[in-house]
Amino acid sequence: MPGDRMTSGGRIDRSQPVNFTFNGRSYQGFAGDTLASALLANGVRLTARSFKYHRPRGIIGSGVEEPATLVELMGENASGNRPATTVPLAEGLQARSVNCWPSPAFDLGAINQVIGRFIPAGFYYKTFKWPGWHLYEPSIRKAAGLAAAPSKPPATGHFENRFAHCDVLIAGAGPAGLMAALVAGRAGLRVMIADEGVEAGGSLLNRTLTIAGNPAMDWVDRVTAELATMDNVTHLQNATVWAYREHNYLMVNERAPEYPDILERNWRVRAGHVICATGAIERALVFGNNDRPGVMLASAAQAYINRYGVRPGRRAVVFTNNNSAYSVAADLAQTGIEVAAIIDSRDTVPDAARAMVSGIEILPGHVVTTTQGGRHIRSVEVAPNGGGAIRRIACDLLAMSGGWNPAVHLWSQSRGTLRYDNALTSFVPDHAAQAAISVGAANGELTLAQALQSGADAGAAAADQTAPVAPEATDLAYAIEPLWRVEQTKGKAFLDIQNDVTVDDVHLALREGYDNVEHVKRYTTGGMGIDQGKTGNINIIGTVAMQQGAPLEEIGTTTFRSPYTPVSFGSVVGSREDSVALPYRHTPITGWNKANGAFMYESGARWRRPGYFPREGESFQDTVNRECRAVRNGVGVYDGSPLGTFELKGRDVGRFLDHIYTNIMSTLKPGHARYGLMLSDDGLILDDGVALRLSEHRWIISTSTGHADAINSHMEELLQTRFPDWNVFVTTVTSQWNNATICGPKAREVMAALGTDIDISPKALPFMGFADGTVAGVPARVVRVSFTGELSFEVNVAPRHLAALWDRILAAGAPFGIEPIGSEANHVLRVEKGFLSLGHEVDGTVDPFDLGLGWAMSKKKPDYLGKHAVALRRSGTENRRELVGLVPEPDTMIPEGAPLTPDGARKPTEGLVTACVFSTVLDRWVGLALLENGHARHDETVHARLKDRTIPARVTAPIHYDPEGERLRS
Amino acid sequence: MMNIPCPYCGPRNEGEFAFGGPVKPDRPDPNAVSEEDWVTYLTQVPNPLGPVQERWWHVKGCGTWLTIWRDTRTHDIVDGPSDAG
Repeated sequence: MPGDRMTSGGRIDRSQPVNFTFNGRSYQGFAGDTLASALLANGVRLTARSFKYHRPRGIIGSGVEEPATLVELMGENASGNRPATTVPLAEGLQARSVNCWPSPAFDLGAINQVIGRFIPAGFYYKTFKWPGWHLYEPSIRKAAGLAAAPSKPPATGHFENRFAHCDVLIAGAGPAGLMAALVAGRAGLRVMIADEGVEAGGSLLNRTLTIAGNPAMDWVDRVTAELATMDNVTHLQNATVWAYREHNYLMVNERAPEYPDILERNWRVRAGHVICATGAIERALVFGNNDRPGVMLASAAQAYINRYGVRPGRRAVVFTNNNSAYSVAADLAQTGIEVAAIIDSRDTVPDAARAMVSGIEILPGHVVTTTQGGRHIRSVEVAPNGGGAIRRIACDLLAMSGGWNPAVHLWSQSRGTLRYDNALTSFVPDHAAQAAISVGAANGELTLAQALQSGADAGAAAADQTAPVAPEATDLAYAIEPLWRVEQTKGKAFLDIQNDVTVDDVHLALREGYDNVEHVKRYTTGGMGIDQGKTGNINIIGTVAMQQGAPLEEIGTTTFRSPYTPVSFGSVVGSREDSVALPYRHTPITGWNKANGAFMYESGARWRRPGYFPREGESFQDTVNRECRAVRNGVGVYDGSPLGTFELKGRDVGRFLDHIYTNIMSTLKPGHARYGLMLSDDGLILDDGVALRLSEHRWIISTSTGHADAINSHMEELLQTRFPDWNVFVTTVTSQWNNATICGPKAREVMAALGTDIDISPKALPFMGFADGTVAGVPARVVRVSFTGELSFEVNVAPRHLAALWDRILAAGAPFGIEPIGSEANHVLRVEKGFLSLGHEVDGTVDPFDLGLGWAMSKKKPDYLGKHAVALRRSGTENRRELVGLVPEPDTMIPEGAPLTPDGARKPTEGLVTACVFSTVLDRWVGLALLENGHARHDETVHARLKDRTIPARVTAPIHYDPEGERLRS
Repeated sequence: MMNIPCPYCGPRNEGEFAFGGPVKPDRPDPNAVSEEDWVTYLTQVPNPLGPVQERWWHVKGCGTWLTIWRDTRTHDIVDGPSDAG
């Protein structure tokens, strides 16, 4: 069929041709077109295949309600499942239909039309289920899901988020929204008005109405021009208010903002008042073969002729149950389309409606029962409503109007209630749940005069002013009689065109007991998908109501959820992608680590740390062994800066630490450090670490890297909510104190070579002692703690000094063979010593006694966090899993996490391997495990049960090296 | 995204806060209550349909732990905050 672009009229720019391709063929449209209007102008009527039956489909709507023609955009900014009616035409646009292969005209999946009667609603649930799901899944995944997700992010540009606050947010820039914005803006309120269309005007863009005697679009132009002059008004077009959350928090998806490198912007708006001026959506009629290309919403036909200058057909039939289609028929006739007849299901047509269409045949009390045609409609069959002689009318366009549904989506998302209005035969807003009001068609006020006045009223109310009288406008009064479906249909009658849900499917669901409207939705998929049933949901509700003999208000609606229309993930994420979403934490020597070949990874709480420092030709194990040998035989150094560090000041710190640690801290002398365990009040091990008493009322505590944030929260909550009168102040100083830890038998020599004014002799600075002074000329606090089991000096300095200190340590240590040590070697060294690692040996099931740390559980203190819970837990008789050492025999690695079972048999586990490392000092593999009753089972042989074998291991004490601790005290 | 009134900073987006859970009864002296009451204290958290008293930590703001009454049906903040407690 040749194209049918009118030579004048519409809001397209005929001086700007736009080239595009659709399913591989080249076409031309004009600036101002949508993909849908350009396709119609090129005579492309068959634009899609349906989701399930692969029936031929065309363009049905003119906006977000479009159920049938979804396209996949290709090229650099690929995206899937876009309604062709919402894709602005752009030079070079490449689009293709979804759901069909290789093309909508020749589609192999159309075989489903033949077997359609074997795949009714629920077929999927009844057939493709356990235990065979894995067999069906690959082909179902391929067949389902409309378009493919883009495989690459957009080639250029980025997404962004923006926060905004306003006194009033207006959703929709049709007559009601613009009027509200004008009044509220003139009153000086901070106004934000957002509209999903490329141009402001809403329904006025599609119609030929007048305001104050002039074309309505002249009024729109004047209002938008005045809004643009107001500093207090933000006016967004091509921006959909898509979510309405609690506390008047709304999301606005702005496509193509003014900056060329921003693809989309997601606004997060906190609004004082919200005015829902979201308009109304025309609903489809339900009759036989109502999905054939050429069957179109009446309002869409009106939009194509008036806004886009395209005739969607040459000879039209109009089918309606309400007045609004009469203005469509009048506009169609005005543009030279022959209107063969108006089929009105109502027995009586109001005179005012008749007066608009003089000369056109009207058939009151009639319905369309079915349509004929192959890939495009050729004729309709018409009969009296309730039965009678059938008449066939030739046409290539059927414009249908099933009435109007207020777009209550945002209102409902705000938890505003709905009521069923019998006069409008639709659900309309009732009680507000937040500071929101619905105006105009969104409130069921369907005439232009009502829309303008209700907008003015709402804008004035937001400003606490008296509303001005809106400009004069007249259009045909709205009147409707319900027609949920035509009863005497021939062929499939679709309620939900996007999901291929028919009247029969809904009847089947009801027969099978899915009688709640939410169940009907899920069983049939009616109302799901891209369009969320914008044109068809009410007909499903009506069909359920007819079948159950209940009024619609008892059936109710399904829940309206965000997003109102699809939103790209990129827009929601904004700039929070990759490393921006969760930035890494770095110590001052990240640069040195990278320059020296460290293999870097995250080691808890987003800290980037070196795992190991490989040299040319070394395997992973070679590297770790070399680093371990350096610490055990000579000296090593590692960066311990990420350890959580807190300074606590105040008179009650001792008392507070006694409450949160299991052991007594308050007796610690200034200048000394003590290891401690923290439990939660229900007995879980929260953390372990070291407390340093700097002076009577001043302490430093350290926590594990990964738990620092949680311990901060824990301490602050206790201090602020339970002990608000205690004199304790907590300051996070993790990033104010960095440290380099020198460890190994030659650590003291390296310290001496660095030069320090601190007496580092074993007597003056013993294990668990600390002292302040200078090291290598830098102010430092030196702490004798050890995480490796060797003599260690933790040299704490200000971050600005760490990089220089690091270089000095490596230089001073060079004669002693110093090596930088990564996390992997640290792990080996701590396993050799049986030091705990939270997350390895410690989970929610173990208590300090299980770990051999019963000594840290004070008996003297009458109460501290976790004491009572641990005692209660241990009062039972069940065997506990206790920490032991493992020596695999034969000498081999056991994977971490391997279960221990009695004799390695397929029996309930009696424990698990928590760690297993190659020990260079012992020249063999050693491990740690949690084993039932383990403390009493030393020297027994247990078995790790793997998938293909079992590994025997001898149980030992959980310390493989230097059990007396002489080395770390040296 | 709720709008939570911080006693020091004024109304701020929920994203600045960490949820601290419903407020439990005051911690009893574990040496003075029955085992049953102690376990009840440890394990039972208020979970009403309606107003619940709960704590929020203004962790990305001033660091205050605050207490509000939130209606679990609507997210309406029906009372509070009272700081530190």
